[in-house]
Amino acid sequence: MHISDLGGQNKKRLNYKIAQHRTYNLKKGDNMTNEINKKQEQTQEKMQQLEYQNKVDNITPKPPLFKNICWAFVVGGLICILGQLIADYFEGLGLSKKDASAYATAILVFLGSFFTGLGLYDDLGKRAGAGSIVPITGFANSIVAPAMEFKREGYVFGVGAKMFVIAGPVLVYGMVTAFIIGLIYWIRQ
Amino acid sequence: MVFVVGGGLCVIGQLLMDLTALTPAHVLVLFVVLGGVLSGLGLYQPLVDIAGAGATVPLLGFGHALVTGTIEDINNFGFLGIFSGALKATATGIMAAVVFGFFMAVLFNPKGKGG
Repeated sequence: MHISDLGGQNKKRLNYKIAQHRTYNLKKGDNMTNEINKKQEQTQEKMQQLEYQNKVDNITPKPPLFKNICWAFVVGGLICILGQLIADYFEGLGLSKKDASAYATAILVFLGSFFTGLGLYDDLGKRAGAGSIVPITGFANSIVAPAMEFKREGYVFGVGAKMFVIAGPVLVYGMVTAFIIGLIYWIRQ
Repeated sequence: MVFVVGGGLCVIGQLLMDLTALTPAHVLVLFVVLGGVLSGLGLYQPLVDIAGAGATVPLLGFGHALVTGTIEDINNFGFLGIFSGALKATATGIMAAVVFGFFMAVLFNPKGKGG
């Protein structure tokens, strides 16, 4: 009696377990179909996004790399020519090459900051890109533009501090480079 | 040569800005360091000899001036030159940039801000 009873209990348990398993499998299957559906939706969304991206790419003009390069080359070259003309002029006055070049630098810096003040340098920069950034006039521009922009924050924390937002890093890394190379040169001497 | 070298250096800057994520500030810092290193290796002076302002006006020339000034002062004054040379050589440029920059910022207001 006991044994059969146990057997019955066991059978019940077994049936219960089987049932559980089935429901589990069913749920799993449901989940799987759900996942598949989701994945399909996702891929569809992705496809739509890609199509949209393609359309956008077709409509918007390609990044005008070649045009940018031409502008940078011409404007950068012209600024350098201007520097050379100024240096030649001062050399013609009897100054040494070094002093003439220093005058040229100072005048280019003046012109760069002056035209930044007038707002003309930034108009040039929109087209010329690196052609207006890489020459020393661009260095002057990087000083005046933020100083002007932050003037309302006062003359100490506005003009005085923001002047060096870009020029500061340039000076820091330039000086550190010069220091390291100087140290190596001194050791090897 | 002034035009070609100066323009060419600007094109390198433009390529760096368009093809990588570097900002103008990164390009300027990179160019100063690059100019200094090339100068230290003795590779920049030949370019200056060929191109004149084409090589000195771009910011690489600033790095070059820092390093040549340092080396010159080391030759003249020894160890102290490591500290004195760089700024001595670039004093005109830095002084002009800061002073002119200051006056222009005081005199002018940014465009389109009602000033």
